[in-house]
Amino acid sequence: MILRLASALIGRWLFFGISIAMPEPSDAFRIGFAMNTDNLLSMTAIDKRFAGIPALSGASFAVGRGEVHALIGQNGAGKSTLIKVLTGYYKRDAGEVVFDGKPFEVSSPQQAQASGISTIYQEINLVPYRSITENICLGREARRCGLLDWKRMHQEAEALLQRFNVRADVRRPLMEFNTATQQMVAIARAIGFSAKLVIMDEPTSSLDEREVAVLFNVIRQLKQEGVSVVFVSHKLDELYEVCDRVTIMRDGRTVKTAAMNEIDKIGLVSAMLGRAIERAEGHATAFSDRDEKKIGKVLLSAENLAINQIVQDVSFNVRSGEIAGFAGLLGAGRTETARLVFGIDRPRAGTMIFNGQTFDPNKPSDAIAAGMGFCTEDRKSEGIVPDMSVAENMMLALMPKLSKSGVIDEKAQRDIVERFIRQLGIKCSGPDQKVRELSGGNQQKVLLGRWLAMNPRLLILDEPTRGIDVGAKAEIQALIKTLADQGLAVLMISSELEEVIEGADRVFVLREGISVAEFDRDEATEDAVMSAMAHGSAPTVAGAAP
Amino acid sequence: MTDTARQQLISRPFDPFDFMARYGTLIALALLILFNFAFTRNFATMQTLNVNLTQVCTIVIVAVGMTLVIATGGIDLSVGSLMAISGALAPMIFLGKIVPIGNVALAVAAAMIIAVGVAGLFGLFNGWLIARFRIQPIVATLILFIAGRGIAQVLTNGNLQTFRVPQFQWIGLGRLFGIPVQVVLMVLLVIAAAWMLKRTVFGRQIIAVGGNERAAELSGIAVSRVKLVVYTISGLCAGIAGLVVIAINSSSDANLVGMGMELDAIAAVAVGGTLLSGGKATIIGTLLGAMTIQLVRYTLLANGVPDAAALVVKAGIIVLAVWIQQQGRRT
Repeated sequence: MILRLASALIGRWLFFGISIAMPEPSDAFRIGFAMNTDNLLSMTAIDKRFAGIPALSGASFAVGRGEVHALIGQNGAGKSTLIKVLTGYYKRDAGEVVFDGKPFEVSSPQQAQASGISTIYQEINLVPYRSITENICLGREARRCGLLDWKRMHQEAEALLQRFNVRADVRRPLMEFNTATQQMVAIARAIGFSAKLVIMDEPTSSLDEREVAVLFNVIRQLKQEGVSVVFVSHKLDELYEVCDRVTIMRDGRTVKTAAMNEIDKIGLVSAMLGRAIERAEGHATAFSDRDEKKIGKVLLSAENLAINQIVQDVSFNVRSGEIAGFAGLLGAGRTETARLVFGIDRPRAGTMIFNGQTFDPNKPSDAIAAGMGFCTEDRKSEGIVPDMSVAENMMLALMPKLSKSGVIDEKAQRDIVERFIRQLGIKCSGPDQKVRELSGGNQQKVLLGRWLAMNPRLLILDEPTRGIDVGAKAEIQALIKTLADQGLAVLMISSELEEVIEGADRVFVLREGISVAEFDRDEATEDAVMSAMAHGSAPTVAGAAP
Repeated sequence: MTDTARQQLISRPFDPFDFMARYGTLIALALLILFNFAFTRNFATMQTLNVNLTQVCTIVIVAVGMTLVIATGGIDLSVGSLMAISGALAPMIFLGKIVPIGNVALAVAAAMIIAVGVAGLFGLFNGWLIARFRIQPIVATLILFIAGRGIAQVLTNGNLQTFRVPQFQWIGLGRLFGIPVQVVLMVLLVIAAAWMLKRTVFGRQIIAVGGNERAAELSGIAVSRVKLVVYTISGLCAGIAGLVVIAINSSSDANLVGMGMELDAIAAVAVGGTLLSGGKATIIGTLLGAMTIQLVRYTLLANGVPDAAALVVKAGIIVLAVWIQQQGRRT
């Protein structure tokens, strides 16, 4: 089941208690847009409310034929809602949609797909045990005399993949192929032969650079064939690579549409946030320079950790009050190493010393008891319990400590939850709101609260700002820095280079399961770290290349 | 901003599905009672109340354990068979077929404790299969669903055991302050389970395991232990229900005790509004669900509709309840 992120909250954007007034979006642009008859799609003055709370108010959005149009905004700005209204997942309350010259009324994603609107989601929704053909033709199998027409289906699947320059034996099970091919199969399946408009909802969030390049080729290919693409992404750099125009959403409104070559990154960010930000010029992240004197003695040190090919030989250490960063490509073994530290998996070799004692956790509760917390990279499937409230989610780890002979102390719990909602600036209607109704950034804050409530000594943060909008991202980064300043040891894994380089006091680079380099803050330049990620060592070191 | 959000929450428009998902079972029950007041003869009598309460008791007792199991995202198909085991074992003990015990009170106490305890152990076995070997609950409990009744028949050589032991049958026929003992038992179990689910760490952990098992594990919850305990509780509940059934009947037939009970219990849980996929549970809902199903059956029977037709209506109610639940979750 697809988890729905409710994007229902509106109101002023709170940035650590300082509220910033937002200018109103201009009405002129809204009216000007719907008139364009060359558009493949035009959505005008769309309203959508959830339980009375507006998620979209007067949003307008138009996509030309063969255009790649970026749709950006913070979490909760209404991007997902707008797309779900378009694909018939939600019914709009007001407004009109014209697609391909005709009024567009659909009540399900299947109908939208039949009319030529395909959606590719973040997650790959495929069946790994079945063949490529079965995956591509799932739900629209060719039949002859009531039986499956395998020959025709194989041909169709091959033809479809060839369109994207993928050659693969379509009869083999999908799981035998690499992620890039699987991703292409997912795209091929979604697009089919008849799509006129393809919506890509953060398609690159789980891809490495090479896979992203392949995806961008697909987008260019589609564009050449006259197919329009709506591209939703949090990564601003990507937009300049493939998009023609961009529409920026904020608080359920479409506040700006511009050609990509007429707007710079600062322009995008300030339109998303509704204010001018100076930070975007100097630093790309909210990690300002840190005072190294506050860093204490080594809290956790790990030597030669190994489990299998993914983690072969990893050594690192983290000191109190320090942010240690793990850099590396996808599959370098960063998350897997963190899982060893937290006792989720057991190492085959290697030793760990935590707080001066040998540390060999059997299960997460051992690591928690020792004073660790772990914010997973996969918020949805390993982090939140969606149907539980903000309070219940936040108290999940602390609860046993907060109880008297197994009975929960409701009052103590409420006090703590309310304090963290305030401190972390969590936007919710109260401690009892279901956590699945919150935006990604706020869910992440709830999870941070879950661990901070434990008052840990070491906090492992795996991709702490993935899939989170720019504003919430800055807040979380600033928060991590504050926590380290207060003496917390932080082990931060991030695939965003600038986050690691600007945020971490020391950067450990992992490559193919081996810790290949360590940089102090002043040595950690983008070039040096990237070179270690790619080649396994700094370029000057001898013996790196055969 | 919280002020605006709060105002909007108050002015939230009426959502019929959400409302029905929340109060549907209660409303259905109220409507059924009103209907019976109007159309069923002799409905407003203590006897009718007693008949319905005693009939619904065993289902509710089993369904309480089932609710906890389902809340963790599991299911327990073995409850009917465990009732048969407990129902076969107890008479063997208090009739002195295994070891003669002179004192009747002692024999009855031993019979109750051992029979219920053995059912609990079998429940623990279910939990062990599920937690240790990660066998799907429906398959793991299918083992005892099949084997359990076989064990009960082997224990008794397939013979019907009849008895007249008032000390034992007090649990099914006796009264406490004029209320049937089994009704008291049911109410106590319901209150204890509802309180446990709402107010204790363990209750919260049950819901967390059902809501997101991996998140629960990463938060330090001993997921395996939670599962072991809920299946054990389900076994214990089935054991108690088995005793009640044979006490009412003055006999124990391993072929019949608890037959189809697993499905009645699951139906009560579903109609009561507990999510079958786990992560959300209501014990009071289960109680209301069981009473609704019971009252529908009674209403139809009392108005001359044959039992076979009542089964179809029962199925209809389950479909309706699940549909309303899903609609309520959509928006």
